[in-house]
Amino acid sequence: MDYGWIEIAVAAIFVSVVITLVLSRGAGWLSWRFWRNAMVVSSVVMFAVLLWLSFDSAAQTRPGGERIAPWTVINHEIGLKWNPEKRWQEPVIGQETGFFGKVYSPDEAYQLVRLGKLTLQSRNCMECHTFLGNGAYYAPDLTRAWLDPWWEERIMPMVGAESHEEAMKTWLQNPPQYPQGKRRMPNLHLSDEEATALVAFLKWMSAIDTNGFPAHFGDYK
Amino acid sequence: MTQAAQTHPKLYESQKLARWYFVVAIALFGAQLTFGLIAAYQQIDPNFLFGLAPFMTNRTLHVNAMIVWLLVGMMGGVYWFLPKETGREVVGITLAKIIWWVIVAGVTVVVLVYLFVQYGPAKWTTLWFIMEGREYIEAPRWADLAIVLWVAIFLFNVVATVLVSRRITGILAVLIFDLVALGALYTAGMHFTVNISMDQFLWWWVVHLWVEATWEVLVGVLIAWSLMYLLGTSRRLLETWLFIEVTLVFGTGIVGLGHHYYWIGTPEYWLGLGGFFSALEPLPLVAMVVHAVYDAGGHRLGTVNKPAMLWLIAQAFGNFIGAGVWGFMQTLPQINMYSHGTQMAAAHGHLSFTGAYLSTVMVLIYIAVQNLRKPVQVPLDSKLWKWAAALLLLGIIGIAGAFTLSGLTQTLVERAEGGSTWAAYINAYTHPWYARTLAWRFAFAWIAVIGYVLLVWDFLTIGRGGTAAQSAAVSPLATAGGES
Repeated sequence: MDYGWIEIAVAAIFVSVVITLVLSRGAGWLSWRFWRNAMVVSSVVMFAVLLWLSFDSAAQTRPGGERIAPWTVINHEIGLKWNPEKRWQEPVIGQETGFFGKVYSPDEAYQLVRLGKLTLQSRNCMECHTFLGNGAYYAPDLTRAWLDPWWEERIMPMVGAESHEEAMKTWLQNPPQYPQGKRRMPNLHLSDEEATALVAFLKWMSAIDTNGFPAHFGDYK
Repeated sequence: MTQAAQTHPKLYESQKLARWYFVVAIALFGAQLTFGLIAAYQQIDPNFLFGLAPFMTNRTLHVNAMIVWLLVGMMGGVYWFLPKETGREVVGITLAKIIWWVIVAGVTVVVLVYLFVQYGPAKWTTLWFIMEGREYIEAPRWADLAIVLWVAIFLFNVVATVLVSRRITGILAVLIFDLVALGALYTAGMHFTVNISMDQFLWWWVVHLWVEATWEVLVGVLIAWSLMYLLGTSRRLLETWLFIEVTLVFGTGIVGLGHHYYWIGTPEYWLGLGGFFSALEPLPLVAMVVHAVYDAGGHRLGTVNKPAMLWLIAQAFGNFIGAGVWGFMQTLPQINMYSHGTQMAAAHGHLSFTGAYLSTVMVLIYIAVQNLRKPVQVPLDSKLWKWAAALLLLGIIGIAGAFTLSGLTQTLVERAEGGSTWAAYINAYTHPWYARTLAWRFAFAWIAVIGYVLLVWDFLTIGRGGTAAQSAAVSPLATAGGES
């Protein structure tokens, strides 16, 4: 899209005001008729702006598009890179390494991430955690969970896993057995398939371009 | 009309239905407080009920009970005022009664499933019959369909009554306009999407455009009717104010939706657009405060119903402070990048829902209660309502204060300093600045619960002592239930 936010904001307000003034000729600015017109015009204009921007946003947030990685990103290394101009982190996709020792085809990858999303909803994860910052603030934000150094530093030795994905999967299948901190996560009885899929979903999510949120991820010292 | 007829106002069937709406709303409010209290204690002792009903279960019930009871309370307000506004019984009232009891049964089933089933396997059957796992709109799909049917019948009641009465007022036009949007927006949440960015994009169409747009306008309508009843404010003045408020609510709030699109994978222009328009969202709330103070002052606070008047003033200020100030302090992207996803949002949620919606429902219930007693006591007054309101509001302000401190600690320790990792998260919630707020939050929660108990007792008893002398003094205003 070729327009900046200031142009859109000014245009939306300008159009609302002009149409209201034209429709309300002869009515004083404190009159009933003026504000009835203002109400209808501002609602319609702003909703039209929202609809237009929604189509544009939907096009840009297609998996495999400008801002969201394709489903097959689960086969690749993922990292974060500092953008010195914007001064925030952006995801970078590295070489193909496979996922649980396998390279998923586009369709298999989609099916796996889909099952992961279904697992996330069926276990009500959002009622403790936050995803992209939205949820219940009782447990860590999972936007960049795949990239969290904690898996390698603590969980891998603790559960005796060989790989990053295996550590996540093993931990997720029985969190009360390996408590972290004071708060505990209940055992949500994930099947083998569901746990694999959930890890795939979290990995795919960590490659979304979130305009730098959460800030300075992993800079923890 | 004789004086006797005025002091024994006959209730419309629609108003009798409204009474049931209010009874269920208050019961669900009790459920909300109970589950909130348990969730608050679980933050102090995470092992409490861990095996039976973990935090996620109580939190689900806490927020869902809230959404349902506030919506039920506001719909009850419409059923209460609609026959007064149109001067006739509501069309399709039998249908309204049937769907109401279906909804009550449905809500009971959903609550029991949330409480005892809690979650299911990763299959579509879980989304259809147990829950959808999307915060605030967890209701399983079958319940979504029932809610859509319910809102459709409600909309039919309103539109058909307006058409048959051949009387359209500015307030009724706004109500219909708003209900169409409210019903249509709910359907935006009824889908399963793998792409979490698009999922959250449309999820906010329900969550934001309900509570920050269509609910605010519904409240505007209900408060306009309440002001006519309580103070006898002129319709022309109220309608013009309502239009100004809707202009500002929809004019800023629709694109203000963009403040939820900063970090979910959507394009960068939302940072500017969302920041700009949502920063303007407090404007209508300021307008409402000006309006309420102007009206109340213009009538020297003389009212037919003292507790309702207090809750109306609490509504104006609470909406401005909770939604306006607490919202504004975290809405700009430069701040939100660090405060987003912390308990700052919970502080804002508690204050704004109390200010905007809880207070409105209290106004409506006190107005209804006044007219359910015979003879009608004017002005409606008791010793208890002041205590109930003071404790309830104090409790919630305390809870929100505690959340503000824990949220700020999270913003600083977990986000700004720690880089938002798992370890940083643990560091934040074990930080003394955060940990100390938990006991305060729990103590204030108990104060709110005591306020609630007094409130229920007051609803049951207020106005019972109305004497013949008082009822003889009934103003036509009180029994008219609003100017017509």
